[in-house]
Amino acid sequence: MTSRRTAVKTLGVALGGTALPLASMRSAFAAEPVKVGFVYISPISDAGWTYQHELGRREMVKALGDKVQTKVVENVPEGPDAERVFRELAQSGHKIVFGTSFGYMNYMVKVAQQFPNNDFEHCTGYKTGKNLGIYNGRFYQGRYLCGLVAGKMTKSNIIGFVAAFPIPEVVMAINSFIRGARAVNPKAEMRVIWANTWYDPGKERAAAEALVAQGADVLTHHTDSTVVAQFAEQKGVWVCSYHSDMRKYAPTKQLTASEEIWGGYYTKTIGKVVDGTWKPDNTWGGIKEGMIDIAPLNPAVPADVKAMVLQAKEDIGSGKRHPFEGPVVDQAGKTVVPKGQNITDDALSKMDYYVEGVAGKLPKS
Amino acid sequence: MDTTILTSIFSASIVAGTPLIIAALGELVTEKSGVLNLGLEGLMSIGAITGFVVTNHSGSPVLGVLAAMIAGMAASLVFAIIVLNLTANQVATGLALAIFGVGLAAFVGKPYESVALPPIEPLHIPLLSSIPVIGPALFQQQWLVYFSWLLCAGVIWFLYRSRPGLVLRAVGESPTSAHAVGYSVLTIRYLATMFGGAMAGIGGAFMSLFYTPMWSEGMVAGRGWIALALVVFATWRPLRVLIGAYLFGGVMIAQLFVQGSGLPIEIPSQFLSALPYLATVVVLVIISRNLNTIRLNSPVSLGQSFRPDA
Amino acid sequence: MLPRLEARAEASNAMRYGSPLLAVGLTLIGGLVLFYLLGRNPLHGFRVFFFDPVHDLYGISELLLKATPLMLIATGLAVGFRANVWNIGAEGQFLMGAVGATGVALLFQNSQSALVLPLMLIAGAIGGAVWAAIPAALKTRFNTNEILTSLMLVYVAQLLVSWLVFGPWKDPQGFNFPQTIMFGNNALLPILIPGTRLTIAFLIAIAVLIGGYVFMNRSYMGFQMQVAGQAEAAARYAGYSSVRTVWVSLLTGGALAGIAGMAEVAGPMGQLTDHASSGYGFAAIIVAFIGRLNPIGIFFASLLMALLYMGGEQAQQHLNLPPAIGQVFQGMLLFFLLGADVFINYRLRRASLAK
Repeated sequence: MTSRRTAVKTLGVALGGTALPLASMRSAFAAEPVKVGFVYISPISDAGWTYQHELGRREMVKALGDKVQTKVVENVPEGPDAERVFRELAQSGHKIVFGTSFGYMNYMVKVAQQFPNNDFEHCTGYKTGKNLGIYNGRFYQGRYLCGLVAGKMTKSNIIGFVAAFPIPEVVMAINSFIRGARAVNPKAEMRVIWANTWYDPGKERAAAEALVAQGADVLTHHTDSTVVAQFAEQKGVWVCSYHSDMRKYAPTKQLTASEEIWGGYYTKTIGKVVDGTWKPDNTWGGIKEGMIDIAPLNPAVPADVKAMVLQAKEDIGSGKRHPFEGPVVDQAGKTVVPKGQNITDDALSKMDYYVEGVAGKLPKS
Repeated sequence: MDTTILTSIFSASIVAGTPLIIAALGELVTEKSGVLNLGLEGLMSIGAITGFVVTNHSGSPVLGVLAAMIAGMAASLVFAIIVLNLTANQVATGLALAIFGVGLAAFVGKPYESVALPPIEPLHIPLLSSIPVIGPALFQQQWLVYFSWLLCAGVIWFLYRSRPGLVLRAVGESPTSAHAVGYSVLTIRYLATMFGGAMAGIGGAFMSLFYTPMWSEGMVAGRGWIALALVVFATWRPLRVLIGAYLFGGVMIAQLFVQGSGLPIEIPSQFLSALPYLATVVVLVIISRNLNTIRLNSPVSLGQSFRPDA
Repeated sequence: MLPRLEARAEASNAMRYGSPLLAVGLTLIGGLVLFYLLGRNPLHGFRVFFFDPVHDLYGISELLLKATPLMLIATGLAVGFRANVWNIGAEGQFLMGAVGATGVALLFQNSQSALVLPLMLIAGAIGGAVWAAIPAALKTRFNTNEILTSLMLVYVAQLLVSWLVFGPWKDPQGFNFPQTIMFGNNALLPILIPGTRLTIAFLIAIAVLIGGYVFMNRSYMGFQMQVAGQAEAAARYAGYSSVRTVWVSLLTGGALAGIAGMAEVAGPMGQLTDHASSGYGFAAIIVAFIGRLNPIGIFFASLLMALLYMGGEQAQQHLNLPPAIGQVFQGMLLFFLLGADVFINYRLRRASLAK
């Protein structure tokens, strides 16, 4: 997926193309730092989606030092106001602007067209342009590993998932998790509650409670707060956190966490902008690219399970194993991907069905 | 459905209803004095952040709850000055308080986003908590849950059995006559409004300290408005506030349990999420359709300014 | 606690117009103090917050863009508020207007007809009006409090939009993300100033303000409704229908909020997503009050509110303050205004305010 061309090769392209000879010349003389803008959907806080991007930014700043100067705008809603924020960042000389939420997509497309001399990178979208690249993580890989651990650790064979909205990313996460769990424990079953909110700690907690009351002894979530982890700790059930390592919130009960690691990507991408070799790209990085990882396993996880999970991580990274390798069977028993094949990226990113092992019905679309 | 699930549903509904009860009972007393404070959402937000900050620094949830109470009183004092002394429109001022409070809490709470507080263990009441099914649901709860029951009993006693309560109701029914008899309408309304603010503050603190426990922007998530609806729902009767809050909490919890049961149900989850709001509308209609229930119970001077010298 | 207030023999007209200015002045002073307390240079903060957002034409066009829905919604709300009908669910009516307009846009996505936009406008108005008709019907039929029902319906509208964009209206090419297709040019409002996002919705808003002014101040019905609001008994005595007052109030408010919703999806959004709700319906309540429930006032109040929003964005980018500071300013402004209003009917004893 990720194409990494050599600097020399892309330099020629950048200078030959419409892309900003002026800016690259400026950086070539290393006169002033490259200004970089980051637009986040939610407050940074200290766990969760936005926090992971912020960690990535900090790592990048550490690596590139005074070659860059960054500006962060957090809590920008995914409505028309976002367009103004992107525009302002571009106008005030931010050579490259990152937007880290899906809903920014159409606004970024517009602003990118209006500012052909600036670069833009959009996380989780699917539209690209001459100066608009996209990047995303293969979250499902981390989910699968969490599923392996959960499948081994569950006693009740019921795993509870507090989900926000039925977008492909979340459906993918549910399916990948239960495929991991059933790979080691065919009796495992996934129960899903759609909270219809990314962020309502009260409701997320109530959902977690409903899952535990109905037998779930491992929880996971795709909502933005830390409340599911905190609840698991309090109730004494296992939890696989999402986005961030939430050990701080569930010190004894977190089995592991599926994490996004953006630092390497930001350092590399912005490094290219500094060198004047940036080109829009479509990056969907996973374990192999160092963009997805899992948090250290809970000491309660037996050594053989730990070894099995780490082996799986290595195999997924090397491409030997795929969380959606055939046969992939949907809930109704239909084979979606035949044995011997892996699911295609395209099919993955449009996933709108539950695989076998998930109870209940996916909200109809 | 086995009994442990039933117990869990009861227990979770009670927890979900508690912040609503505390805030709504406070508002009920405020409204009984003739003051309509629509700012509950803001007051609860202020209470939630204050309770969280104080508990975070002091380590004591009791101090946190007290601080939330004081913060709620302070904010409602501002409201009281504007509507009572300056006779501003109560609806507008209440809305301003709602918006201001949510904004202020978000602003102050910035550094506390996702700070973790240790969870507070429920208080088991010996003997009672071992009754099957209802015991664990009713008597293994946070102490603020028991507080909400005592508060309900206290408000009933105060309004209907005590002399100050009688005066307060008189002020709400007919401020002019109460004034003529020699009671200070404004003083009583000040006290009632501040009591309402104090309770809303505690309701908010329950959210951030006991329920989740965490602070995040917008965490009150509309519960202040629901609490306001509850007061009308209850036709200004404290015991019905309790019932209404548990019903509302119950509808919300039940839909989560239905989803969590893993049964193949074709209903869009958005529809399930909308149920509590639709249920509130339906109940409001049922209650208001009989004009007498509203007329008999709603304070006559609700929302109207009173000037002693006018 | 306060200097004693004394009733004026007659409401002061000077204060009626002076009190918003006083409130704005106090808010600005409050802002300076706040910046100082937060360790920022107050004058710098002031400039970033109130001047920088509108220092060029683009900024001004953005200000008008943001003020447009506020003007539309607040005018509709003012009609009701004057008559003591408290529609606080404009946010839901805004969303349903967006839904109505989107429905038309999707139905005619392959049509090049010039009628698509006018149809969307009508559908938007109807969408908002239908949503407001529910509290109106419940109020007139069952005496149900419209504050609460209109508010509950906001949540329902949000979930309905969510269901639509996740379900039947989802863009088939959109990788299952919750959004409709992007509207074609036939379904987008024309741009007023090239190079900006300001659409002709701004002109519609101005027309609505003028129409609202005529209705509220020059029409017999507007007069009746105001009487109904101020003195219910007198209105009943005069034979003015309170049922009609409720219906007119809510339908006007709903239709105008619906038009605002239409202008949002057919304007800066260009599609319906589950993020269509941006709080305009609630902010417009503040606008209506700051504008004295009067279209001229609403015009200025909308600009001021829009400026506070944009100032909040600027404050985050250039002062490193949380964006919620915009809300703090909004609340402060309304508090000061409501407080300052007392001087319309009262004066301070020993004070020199009275002429």
